[in-house]
Amino acid sequence: MQKEVLINFDRCLGCRSCQLACAVAHSTAGNLFGAILNGEKPRTRIFVHQVGGQKAPLNCRHCEDAPCIDACIAGAMHRQEDGTVTNVGGEQQCTACWMCVMVCPYGVIRSDAAGTMALKCDRECRDEAGVPACVRACPTGALVYAGVDEYSGRRRVDVLARALQQVSGNF
Amino acid sequence: MKDTLSVDPASLKMLEIARERGIETAWDRYLAQQPQCGFGELGLCCRNCNMGPCRIDPFGDGPQKGVCGATGDIIVARNLLRMIAAGAAAHSDHGRDVVETVMRVATGEAKDYAIKDENKLKALAAEFNINTEGRTVKEIAKELAEAVLEEFGTRKGYIQTVERVPAKRKEIWERLGLLPRGIDREVVEAMHRTHMGVDNDPANLILHGLRCSISDGWGGSLLATEFSDVLFGTPQPVKGKSNLGVICKNAVNILVHGHEPILSEMLVAAAKDPELVAAARARGADGINLVGMCCTGNEILMRHGIPAAGNFLQQELAIITGALEAVVVDVQCIMPALGQLAACYHTKFISTSPKAKFPGAVHVPFDEHHALDTAREIIRLAVENYPNRNKDRVFIPEDITEYVAGFSVEAILKILGGTLNPLIDAIKNRSIRGIAALVGCNNPKITQDYNHLNMVKELIAKDVLVVETGCAAIASAKAGLLLPEAAELAGPGLAGVCRALGIPPVLHMGSCVDISRILVVAAAIAGELGVDIADLPVAGAAPEWVSEKAVSIGAYVVASGIFTVLGTVPAVLGSKVVTELLTRQAKDLVGGYFAVETDPFRAAELIINHIDEKRAALGI
Repeated sequence: MQKEVLINFDRCLGCRSCQLACAVAHSTAGNLFGAILNGEKPRTRIFVHQVGGQKAPLNCRHCEDAPCIDACIAGAMHRQEDGTVTNVGGEQQCTACWMCVMVCPYGVIRSDAAGTMALKCDRECRDEAGVPACVRACPTGALVYAGVDEYSGRRRVDVLARALQQVSGNF
Repeated sequence: MKDTLSVDPASLKMLEIARERGIETAWDRYLAQQPQCGFGELGLCCRNCNMGPCRIDPFGDGPQKGVCGATGDIIVARNLLRMIAAGAAAHSDHGRDVVETVMRVATGEAKDYAIKDENKLKALAAEFNINTEGRTVKEIAKELAEAVLEEFGTRKGYIQTVERVPAKRKEIWERLGLLPRGIDREVVEAMHRTHMGVDNDPANLILHGLRCSISDGWGGSLLATEFSDVLFGTPQPVKGKSNLGVICKNAVNILVHGHEPILSEMLVAAAKDPELVAAARARGADGINLVGMCCTGNEILMRHGIPAAGNFLQQELAIITGALEAVVVDVQCIMPALGQLAACYHTKFISTSPKAKFPGAVHVPFDEHHALDTAREIIRLAVENYPNRNKDRVFIPEDITEYVAGFSVEAILKILGGTLNPLIDAIKNRSIRGIAALVGCNNPKITQDYNHLNMVKELIAKDVLVVETGCAAIASAKAGLLLPEAAELAGPGLAGVCRALGIPPVLHMGSCVDISRILVVAAAIAGELGVDIADLPVAGAAPEWVSEKAVSIGAYVVASGIFTVLGTVPAVLGSKVVTELLTRQAKDLVGGYFAVETDPFRAAELIINHIDEKRAALGI
């Protein structure tokens, strides 16, 4: 089953390690010290926000019915075989019309530094095991790379364990 | 070299045992920490006030200022200064403890200690303008200790011992305002400056960092060395054995670990107590075997040839042998993991300093007034623990390597026939191309001892005399590089000098506070040649450094005018301004500067190029 970057919202401490790892993974040097010494300015494609008392990361959901693909006038935004939605390597080049930015329900598409291209999670950061950089960088397990059913199954067991422990007092 | 955890065969054997037994070590915990926080790695995280914590986006994408307005440059500089202050504090507080012990000897309170090196005591007294004529050793010691304790909070301008630097160096320090005005004062001021809303000029912060570090290298550390020599004797060449194989299968094994020699010297005496030896024999042991780890190990190794069980990353491995009855610790570089680990075995983990308590430790408070009694009590605890050893769980690797250590400045002078001239001549005629000081720790980021040993081998092969302290020196001991026979690995010039003098190509000069010995030699050579330390064909390196003490060391070595290569990356790359200051502008300001090179071969090359540059400038 295809894996997604899923979020345990209660685990996020707001450390922004995912953002840094995402930016580094998209640098030419490919490592933190190298990128800094080269003077590179790679941009993150995952975003950590403070919402009320909650800290939370958010990145592209790679929607099945992706509005950004439908809205892309240039024909740059497309879906790859593995399900990844990206505007790199499409039929045409991204023209920075920002249609994708406007229709994205999650607000996770942004501009590159020069304002010449839309930038989004492209999963071009996965290691040999196929795990994205943001997930590898997360020290608390707030970001999980898993199949959706596998993830929800785990959550069900978790919530049931807690609920039934309260009922029986000694589950 | 990433595919193996260590190049030390003893470590590798013990790591295999740890794996079989499911025991975690620093290497496992290092892996569990991956990936480490990038903001921390770059020094871009500030926790100095409660508007924060703040961090700066190094790529210019996110916030570029903390809540107070501090930029990345300010935050990196402040963090670095705090590291220097912590390192200087550790060394200098150690120094204070030794001076206070001398004071208590003088007042008769510490009856178990004596003044062992009266010549050094008198030389120090002369340095501090204390009259020695017609006075008893205790009278001199008391007045000297009082004068030196004043150095920690002095009001007289600047500390006395900076007078040891060549005139040219002192002029530079005077011009830049780097003369330390008191050992404690510079640390206190560092904490003040880094408080929210005080010093926010990166260069001003770093310059104070240099001054603070000088108060360590030419102050606290130097006094720790000198007063340890006064109290316990100035080291002379001594033979001994190293690596985990020095732990004996049939003896009561006691590992002393940490940094201060005040307790360990008493343990050395108490371990010979016939009554305690008899008690050990009565329990079926052959005797009592005291072994050292890290710099407490180095202190008693330098003065008594006590075996060195290993360096920093071997502290857990020593316990995993299952053959330690006790690990006795004082201060610094003692992993809090030892308590839980010792509990897996019969090993008693004994803390002794009121400054350093640990989970899972038995605390036996040590004070100089009842030193020998406390040492006896500790040895007795170990002896009584011997029958609890589970012989089926004992695994001691067979690796033992001999070493020659004990190269104090005085010992080197004696070997040279009383003056530095033979050494200077050897440098002039290029038998010795230059001198490199390799110091510092082990770091699980680097294959244990790999950087140390490869740098040493590269350097001596090219006729660079290597002087070492701390865990770097223990790495060389274990690899046989501290033996006169190692001269065969040296280039023809250096090998000839070593053979003529009967010395190894790598000189063990002591513990990490003893880097002051290296500085004193450098200053003396410069003085003899009528040049500054920065003009000499010498360099420093910390190939596997870990601690804040190492940051202070690096700073005072650079401030003394010496080019220094770091083998692990310091947390400063988040600021271009600070990085440039340390790696370039420092050269114009103080003569010394930093380079970072994680590859030991390239690091050795940097040092050799630097040495050749300096030789050319001197016209030799």
